[in-house]
Amino acid sequence: MMAEYPPFLNFYLAALFYLLLSPLFGPRLRFLLPLVPLLSLGQLIILSPDASWSWQLASLSMEWLRVDKLSLLFGYLFHLAAFIGFVYALHVKDTLQQVSALLYAGSALGAVFSGDLLSLFLFWEMMAVSSSGLVFARQTQTARGAGIRYLIVQVLSGVLLLSGALVQFQQTGTLRFDAMQADGIAGGLILFAFGIKCAFPLLHNWLVDAYPESTASGTLFLSAFTTKVAVYALARGFAGTELLVYIGAIMTCFPIFYAVIENDLRRVLAYSLINQLGFMVCGVGLGTALALNGAVAHAFADVIFKGLLFMSMGAVLHRVGHTLGSDLGGLHKTMPKSTLLCIIGAGSISAFPLFSGFVTKSMIMSAMIEAGHDWLWLALLFASAGVFHHAGIKIPFFAFFAHDRGLRPKEAPVHMLFAMSMSAFLCLLIGMFPQLLYRLLPWQMNYWPYDLTHTLTQLQLLFFSALAFVWLNKQGIYPPELRSVNLDSDWLYRKYLPNMARWLWSVREFTQPGIARVQSVILRPFSHQSGLTAFDTSQLLLKLLLGLAILIGIGLLSSDLFN
Amino acid sequence: MIENHMTIMLVVLPMLAAPLIALLPSKNLSWGLAILTATLQLYLAVNVLLDVQGGTAIHYELGGWAPPWGISYRLDSLNGLMALLVCLINFVCLLYAKASIEAEIPGRKLGLFYATWQLVVTGLLGIVLTGDIFNLFVFLEISSLSTYALIGMGRQRQALMAAFQYLLSGTLGASFFLIGVGLCYAATGTLNMQDLASQIGQSDQPMTLYSGFAFLFTGLLLKAAIYPLHAWLPNVYQFSPQAVSALLSATSTKVALYVVVRCLLDVFGVEFSLSRLFADLLLLAGSLAILFGSLRAIQQTDLKRLLAYSSIAQLGYSVVGLGLLTVTGLSGALVHLFNHGITKAALFMGAGMLALGPGTTLLTRLAGGTHRPWLLLLFLTGGLSLIGFPGTVGFISKWMLALAAIEQGHWWLLVVILLGSLLAILYVWKFIETLYFVPQNPPETSTGPVPGRGMWLACGLLCLAIVYFGLDTRFTLGVAMDAARQLLGVHP
Repeated sequence: MMAEYPPFLNFYLAALFYLLLSPLFGPRLRFLLPLVPLLSLGQLIILSPDASWSWQLASLSMEWLRVDKLSLLFGYLFHLAAFIGFVYALHVKDTLQQVSALLYAGSALGAVFSGDLLSLFLFWEMMAVSSSGLVFARQTQTARGAGIRYLIVQVLSGVLLLSGALVQFQQTGTLRFDAMQADGIAGGLILFAFGIKCAFPLLHNWLVDAYPESTASGTLFLSAFTTKVAVYALARGFAGTELLVYIGAIMTCFPIFYAVIENDLRRVLAYSLINQLGFMVCGVGLGTALALNGAVAHAFADVIFKGLLFMSMGAVLHRVGHTLGSDLGGLHKTMPKSTLLCIIGAGSISAFPLFSGFVTKSMIMSAMIEAGHDWLWLALLFASAGVFHHAGIKIPFFAFFAHDRGLRPKEAPVHMLFAMSMSAFLCLLIGMFPQLLYRLLPWQMNYWPYDLTHTLTQLQLLFFSALAFVWLNKQGIYPPELRSVNLDSDWLYRKYLPNMARWLWSVREFTQPGIARVQSVILRPFSHQSGLTAFDTSQLLLKLLLGLAILIGIGLLSSDLFN
Repeated sequence: MIENHMTIMLVVLPMLAAPLIALLPSKNLSWGLAILTATLQLYLAVNVLLDVQGGTAIHYELGGWAPPWGISYRLDSLNGLMALLVCLINFVCLLYAKASIEAEIPGRKLGLFYATWQLVVTGLLGIVLTGDIFNLFVFLEISSLSTYALIGMGRQRQALMAAFQYLLSGTLGASFFLIGVGLCYAATGTLNMQDLASQIGQSDQPMTLYSGFAFLFTGLLLKAAIYPLHAWLPNVYQFSPQAVSALLSATSTKVALYVVVRCLLDVFGVEFSLSRLFADLLLLAGSLAILFGSLRAIQQTDLKRLLAYSSIAQLGYSVVGLGLLTVTGLSGALVHLFNHGITKAALFMGAGMLALGPGTTLLTRLAGGTHRPWLLLLFLTGGLSLIGFPGTVGFISKWMLALAAIEQGHWWLLVVILLGSLLAILYVWKFIETLYFVPQNPPETSTGPVPGRGMWLACGLLCLAIVYFGLDTRFTLGVAMDAARQLLGVHP
């Protein structure tokens, strides 16, 4: 009975206490942080399967604890990710980051245990706000810019979700969050909201814009939660929606081209995050038990191996101060352990047999074939080769090998190595003993990834892909690493809209009523720059009288009409 | 005995306290009496509101003269909620005012300041409680005149001009209101609101009545700073003393809007006053207010001015709710008056605390507030409430309004409401960013006077209220629903 409350409360309370106690104990308090997810995980494990918890808000009942296998799987995953994250972030002494991370992890948990759309919206928005704290924590001008763009997009997603929920409430009288149809207004709005968080094509810019601007540990948290909550929401709400298969296939393919030409290695990882999400979206769209299991299992594995890659790049950032491919290289000489761990992550994301990516991604691939989408299957195959290319080879190669730039940083700090080792261990564990993960999956299925054809196909694919990289590099055709900012479709709001606004503003200046301009020219000498003047007062009265006249006119006219 | 007179005591207490406060020899004594009065009023307000919960009304005849000849006071859920808002804000602002005002106003004027403050409160509560429309005008003038004096005491030299501007525009509004009252009296021969309501349908001079109606409303809309008549508001809020900004932003426009609601729905009645055209006009004005206010707020470089424009936008939400003419919409509008009142008061108080040192609220001068991290919590809570974030009061009212808009099939209105929230993020972000993320140039702000304990207490109380009423809506929304049902004549 005692343990039957939603697990997000653990994190929120921890955040509150951290805020209250940090003036007393100072940054020492951070050493307790990894305990929060551990204790909370304990509570989750003893949580009884029929537990529920709701809150009454103005005639609406908000269900904050809905336990089933799907929400439990994501619950475990997020606890794990939070634990690894807090261990990795032990060096961080910034209260803003710690509190944001606690609230962020808590909100993600709140979202997956929400039983109705209103609670989902609540945690959706909490995630947006708390995670933007992690972006801002970098404290640079670019991070601030990226942070506000990120926040606006995230809140827009929340607003769409809210309007979808409102419409659904109006139409059906219930706010329960279950499987929905994507073709009504309500379903469409909600799918759009999920799509933003899931970085659907053309809605993805916030991700590659903001994630690489965060701090080393901030990016780790960011990569774990937001998009995975979106995958969870899609799996619960829109399983089997045909449209998603195509969207997912596009998502797997298009980031590859950007990832290849991108110089900032953490941004490369952000693109590859979208690519991995594509696989999950495909799985959700297929909607069969195998595909759905594949989607959520891949989400599970992705949090760990993508986290591992982000952690290794974070370690480079921590020691070198940047992650630009053009200026790195040769780090394996002084950071051998990080190099090894990074390669394990790269092996997992490339889906090498015996690594975690293989046992989860192959489920989606098999389901794709079973559903008869041959062409899309080929697209996914192409995407797999691409992943290996830009995430599996490019990341470790340019960071740790390539040209020796003479950088001799120290090995990553112990806590970082520890966190990375945990992830690497999990990658291998899941890869070698997939049953451990399969047992947790919500849908019934019978599947074994290590059959001969599958393993062989994958190995062939990987080796030819590696060959291509080597050949291109030797021939000098491979795109060189340039220091540049690659804008993709975000030029629309980063360049076009601001220019548009500036233009509109200049038009307004130009077309201001001539009289007002003449007035201001004549009267300017009499006005103090900062003070309020008689001129201002006359302008004010003019405005008010004009308003009054108009309203009185309308009032009298309308009463005339009324007669 | 006392219980019968509780309603009138709400108005009489501050009126009696005002001259006493002016006469008291020390500033501490003056403040003490003021806060004592405020505490008593708060207690009374809670009590009378509990009495009228569930749809009963309290009638009180002044001097035992029965209406329509005598002046009567009538208290129901609607003005019970408003009275509570005024008393609550008055109490909290007085807590805050002690340290804040002593930094701004020379000690010898403090007694007069608190006395004038009491008169403002007298006026506001009088407006809220009276059942006589001419009496209402008198209280309107009492509160306005004393407000002009309070504004003029601001520390910056523009304060006097701002007070003068407010005097001109306020007088304009009040005269229109008075003309309206006069015409209505000419048409019906009565000034008592309930009596007036019963005579509306039978008047033989409908044209006079219509003109009266038009004048009365435009006057009130000016007082309430509804969109095309909002221009006076930013200067007033920007240049007033800090505590006065907080008090005015949370009460004066809200009370004026209360009068609009009362007259529209209770006195003139829906059939008379709200032809579809007029209701649509309200929707239009409200929507324009939301968009215009938010856009202007984004452009501001002064924190208090930014908050002032945001007030114009937030008032737009209430007007929209009123224009929808459904129980959901109206209760959303009423609860938004309360919710926005406490939110905006908290934010103005935060601005006042930042301004203690530099003496200005220019955002560039306030950059780098990191030495007061607790204030960030205040600005975050308030800001999120302005945006309409779940868990704060702002969400409740916007949820109700959005629901009402969909009920009526006004999709464009839903878009406006949600767009308003998005724009609110921009202006909220603007001040949070400059206050906490832009590095501070010269570390001058840390040298000013330290905020007093009362200021922290007041801010803390309001923050708690913002979150509490955002999570537990039984009380606020319940009363607002009661009021909306009574006004629209819908029985649950």
